[in-house]
Amino acid sequence: MTQQFYVSPEQLMKDRADFARKGIARGRSVVVISCEDGIALVAENPSPSLHKIGEIYDKIAFAAVGKYNEFESLRQAGVRYADVRGYSYDREDVTARGLASVYAQSLGAVFTAEQKPFEVELAVAEVGASQADDHLYRLTFDGSIADEHSFVVMGGQADKVSSVIGEGWRSSLNFADAVRLAMTGLAPAGEPEEQAKALPAGALEVAVLDRESETSRGSRRAFRRLNDADITALLA
Amino acid sequence: MQESTANQVAANATSSFTEHLQRDRPELLPYNRSLQAGVPAAAPLQVPHATTIVAMSYDGGVLMAGDRRATMGNIIASRHIEKVFPADRYSVLGIAGTAGIAIDLTRLFQVELEHYEKIEGTLLSLEGKANRLGAMIRGNLPLAMQGLAVVPLFAGFDTSAGVGRLFSYDVTGGRYEEREHHTVGSGSVFARGALKKLWRPNLTAAEAVAVAVESLYDAADDDSATGGPDTVRQLWPVIYTVDSSGARRVPDAELAAASRNVIEARTIAGREA
Repeated sequence: MTQQFYVSPEQLMKDRADFARKGIARGRSVVVISCEDGIALVAENPSPSLHKIGEIYDKIAFAAVGKYNEFESLRQAGVRYADVRGYSYDREDVTARGLASVYAQSLGAVFTAEQKPFEVELAVAEVGASQADDHLYRLTFDGSIADEHSFVVMGGQADKVSSVIGEGWRSSLNFADAVRLAMTGLAPAGEPEEQAKALPAGALEVAVLDRESETSRGSRRAFRRLNDADITALLA
Repeated sequence: MQESTANQVAANATSSFTEHLQRDRPELLPYNRSLQAGVPAAAPLQVPHATTIVAMSYDGGVLMAGDRRATMGNIIASRHIEKVFPADRYSVLGIAGTAGIAIDLTRLFQVELEHYEKIEGTLLSLEGKANRLGAMIRGNLPLAMQGLAVVPLFAGFDTSAGVGRLFSYDVTGGRYEEREHHTVGSGSVFARGALKKLWRPNLTAAEAVAVAVESLYDAADDDSATGGPDTVRQLWPVIYTVDSSGARRVPDAELAAASRNVIEARTIAGREA
């Protein structure tokens, strides 16, 4: 019989947190910005099919950094949760707050009970009728939940990106401005000209939650993924 | 051990909302309620029934129309029920039969399509949608045997083939592709008779709307369970067209004009039948 060494709970949690943090820091960043037209979600992601940003429900979107298999299973669980809730109650009873709290509980349970914590960080965004009604929640690997305003930055160089976005953010931004601001933040440090070249449309994943999707597109589903041509057109 | 984990993950990976409900929340499925199994109902249950739906192809798309009446025996249960619904961006469905179950099935089908789209990141193919609807109707077979049948019509634009297509169903979930036009519900025989004379290949969308309104008028003329255009309450049929740009609900103003044309023409003709 092998002898188990005593590890203090503080040490155990710290080790797990360090492990998760390291995993997340390796990835590229994702930016979620609330602006005049709605909410813009921008990720640095060269793959056109393995998404970091997804639609959860009519007004709710999801963005994640970290291990793909882990956040993809969380995204699918979120879609199922939202669809079951909307089907059994009503569409308007599905809220970002409810979803974020389910995510927080599952992340927290995995962090304490499983072999290894999820190496992910999530953002849940809900677009409202006005900017004051927008909700942005940030969820970390240990199940902590934070209610953010104006923008959320997650992933690799979150601090650096966050300071750039924080300087440029204004409530009057439109989608084009918000995506441009996100690109500035995500681009590697250097000359402005190099920055523009460093992030072509193909290296970005961009989606928006339209504030006025009912009137502009006749759809209650606010989520819209922008392809390369849309991004180029938006920034032109 | 590892192999069984992989199998488990594969078995749990479903993009279908119905399968998810079946596994985790079976009580939410519209057809999972068992009326006392094996005991045939003494008298047909008095529940609202939705009636006539017509659908037809036209140049560049398909159209589906439904009247606005639901009946319960000899009583009019509703004058303004809607029986044609958008299923997703490129498809619509119309329902005839037991209204309560049909409306729930429609809701489930809408969520099913949206759920697939969100999980997979792409739209289900039109054939795939038609098959899923067939499976749901088959799931309702036990209730259909007890008199609570639902019979849908499904129409959509096949984005890969670039044509509008039309599918009819039977209560066992059998799926049949229709060319030209089809009708279901209590007034369907009269509507079909009208369509045989009025429909022709390559109708424009506006002509197809007029044909749909007239065939429903004929159905309402001879079938007491089908409602005609109601000029007093300003109630017109519900009509959706689906073409390459997606499903569109024909606005009331157009329907009012088309209905008035039919009524006017019939009034001038002044004939008995």
